[in-house]
Amino acid sequence: VCTSRFWFNYRHVANTLSVYRSVKRLGIPDSHIVLMLADDMACNPRNPKPATVFSHKNMELNVYGDDVEVDYRSYEVTVENFLRVLTGRIPPSTPRSKRLLSDDRSNILIYMTGSHGGNGFLKFQDSEEITNVELADAFEQMWQKRRYNELLFIIDTCQGASMYERFYSPNIMALASSQVGEDSLSHQPDLGIGVHLMDRYTFYMLEFLEEIHPASQTNMNDLFQVCPKSLCVSTPGHRTDLFQRDPQNVLITDFFGSVRKVEITTETISLNRYSAGFESKLPKDELATEPLKYAEQLPVAQIIHQKPKQKDWHPPGGFILGLWALIIMVFFKTYGIKHMKHVF
Amino acid sequence: AASAQFQLTVPIAVVFVPGSVPEDLPGPLPFRDVQEMEISVNLRTSTTSRYQTVYRSTTAEEEAALDVATAQEADAALHLLQDAPLGALTVYVLPETSSLLPQGISVYVGKHRSALVRAGGGLAALRVRLRQLTQVMSFTASSIAAALSDRVPDGQLGPDARRHLKSSLGYEITFSLLNPDPKSHAVDWDIEGAVNRYVQPILDKLSLVANFSVDSQILYYAVLGVTPRFDKESSSFLLSAHSLPHVINPVEARLGSSAASLYPVLNFLLYVPERSHSPLYIQDQDGAPVSTNAFHSPRWGGIMIYNVEAPAYAKASLPLDVDVDMVRVMEVFLAQLRLLFGLSREELPPEFLLESPGDEGLADWELDRLLWAHTVENIATVSTTLTSLAQLLDKIGNIVIKDDVASEVYQAVASAQSAMAQLATGNLLSAFQASKEAVTSSERAFFDPSLLHLLYFPDDQKFAIYIPLFLPMAVPILLSLAKIVREARQRTKEPTKLD
Repeated sequence: VCTSRFWFNYRHVANTLSVYRSVKRLGIPDSHIVLMLADDMACNPRNPKPATVFSHKNMELNVYGDDVEVDYRSYEVTVENFLRVLTGRIPPSTPRSKRLLSDDRSNILIYMTGSHGGNGFLKFQDSEEITNVELADAFEQMWQKRRYNELLFIIDTCQGASMYERFYSPNIMALASSQVGEDSLSHQPDLGIGVHLMDRYTFYMLEFLEEIHPASQTNMNDLFQVCPKSLCVSTPGHRTDLFQRDPQNVLITDFFGSVRKVEITTETISLNRYSAGFESKLPKDELATEPLKYAEQLPVAQIIHQKPKQKDWHPPGGFILGLWALIIMVFFKTYGIKHMKHVF
Repeated sequence: AASAQFQLTVPIAVVFVPGSVPEDLPGPLPFRDVQEMEISVNLRTSTTSRYQTVYRSTTAEEEAALDVATAQEADAALHLLQDAPLGALTVYVLPETSSLLPQGISVYVGKHRSALVRAGGGLAALRVRLRQLTQVMSFTASSIAAALSDRVPDGQLGPDARRHLKSSLGYEITFSLLNPDPKSHAVDWDIEGAVNRYVQPILDKLSLVANFSVDSQILYYAVLGVTPRFDKESSSFLLSAHSLPHVINPVEARLGSSAASLYPVLNFLLYVPERSHSPLYIQDQDGAPVSTNAFHSPRWGGIMIYNVEAPAYAKASLPLDVDVDMVRVMEVFLAQLRLLFGLSREELPPEFLLESPGDEGLADWELDRLLWAHTVENIATVSTTLTSLAQLLDKIGNIVIKDDVASEVYQAVASAQSAMAQLATGNLLSAFQASKEAVTSSERAFFDPSLLHLLYFPDDQKFAIYIPLFLPMAVPILLSLAKIVREARQRTKEPTKLD
């Protein structure tokens, strides 16, 4: 999830796309990835190299490529949509690619980055915030419905460690790029593009992930050391107390890649071979429907001429009534009832 | 987690053929008894299984039905006579010398809901046989524990507890033909005919459990992600067992399963290897080639490799017309489908003989096994969902509950209670249907989009927002109130003073 927009926040989109690229490279298909980008950098009018997003200066690595599937884009990246994706409380018309269809055997990786993190919150789109309490509650809702087996939460923003302080559901491991009170810093700027390309933590994490291949046995302890203070300036933190397994035994590919359990099929059932003259079963009665013409698919005339729905009028609530009663009573008591005829 | 006490009742009828009645019966036929067994899952969930057994002797029609040559014919004839409801079992006890059962076999389980047992050893031995039979035909402690897998503490579950498909209202089955080398092979498969002939019967039987929809596709230039190695001795290409997990992911991206419905998707892939990698065999852990040339992944689906006959290359011109033998393919795919649902035939004592379900694909008692597990799983899910919904609403007071959400919750509770009651009386079919309704309602209530708790206002923020508004406004009001009170007090004092 990238939560910040505007051209100067190029690096957050580059961060998110780098993690997306690593995860796809290690085998997770698009149908299992929900990518939320708050702004379009590749096709931004200020991008001197359109249709590219680079992660390293000298334009070495184009993380945008030609196989990027963004599920929530631009103004669709809101706190509400993010929480809806996590908890599953999505309107029924949402397509499958925008849903998180996980079950109790799924390991989920959540990576968030944004420009304005604070002590206990992360700003979305510069206009709203998600607090660490809401995030912890959302994870608890997921746990109650067994929507994950294990969850890895990575956040790259200022004071990122405050976001995982409040988690209380089991099987969650969290990493952050900086502690409370520290800022996460960006890596180098690129003079050709004119903005900072990546954040330090994600830059070194990407370097680390480029070494991983689907069958590698590297474990989480290496990921914790990926950005020491000398390189990152901020102090990355992690939290593993809610996680049941020892991080030593957790493979990177458990979250970043996808290695499926496979069993050899040893049984078969025996079927009678039907002779060639067998008639296929008649299909169940199908109603012959006329093919719809393109223009007729929606009842456009009805929709245009619909009257706007009347909003029900509710009488004012108790607090407002009480306040006005108090004000009016004081007014008339102070100035005397004889003034009423001047008011009305 | 919520506590739940399940009581699963299995009605069993034990029918004694003349000459097979054991001497140590406690009373004359017919008589009934009940046996109970406790399966404890965790501190708060336990299952009691009750076997309500009726012992009686055969009727004339049943004797006539048993008077045939083989057990299969007897099974077919008996099925026509009786109409045991879902979940019930009928066991026919044959005399020790009966020739209906082959030599060395003491128990024969038919395609429907009856079994034939050879008598011998008195009532106690019969009871042991009955217990073994119910383990096979109804449910075992481990199948119930697997159904309740989210309540079982993690260490106690076996490795295969979470591999079976979860109970769902529908499943989508996709058959895909992968042809990576269309220049060499022009592959043709009659999938529609094969589905109608071989797959539809088993899906019809499973339609009681869920809605199924089937589709198929052909993908060209879709390669496996793994390069097989060439083995000189057998002059064939081999895929070792530990490279199999990496095969699925590159293909999955092209399968298009995200366009389908919201139901879980089961993918069955048929891969025709390229000419340069033919023939291709799968090796198991010990290095032996697998006879089915297929593997499956729990909760995902299965892949089978179909090799083109080598001699055919020499004569014909490319591309070679390949006509897929759908029977061979469907035998494997249907076996994989059964395994994905958890319908494997587990280890049995050697004197048991299980009839293969043949064209129907599924024996009636296997359907019962599925229904028992799914009913228990559904009810457990409903209770967890509703409990967590109640906890959420307790915690966050300012969520508004719409009327339809409330009515879904009431309906879920009512259906779940009805399902538990039906389970206790032994009506498996109505219990299952009630549990399905309960799950539908509870999921709709829990995942209703209106229940989003976005309004987290910490108390200090509330003060920070409202004080700058109300404090200046309140100052003149409070001062005037004070003035009113002072005046009122003065007026009550004045009359006394004037006097």
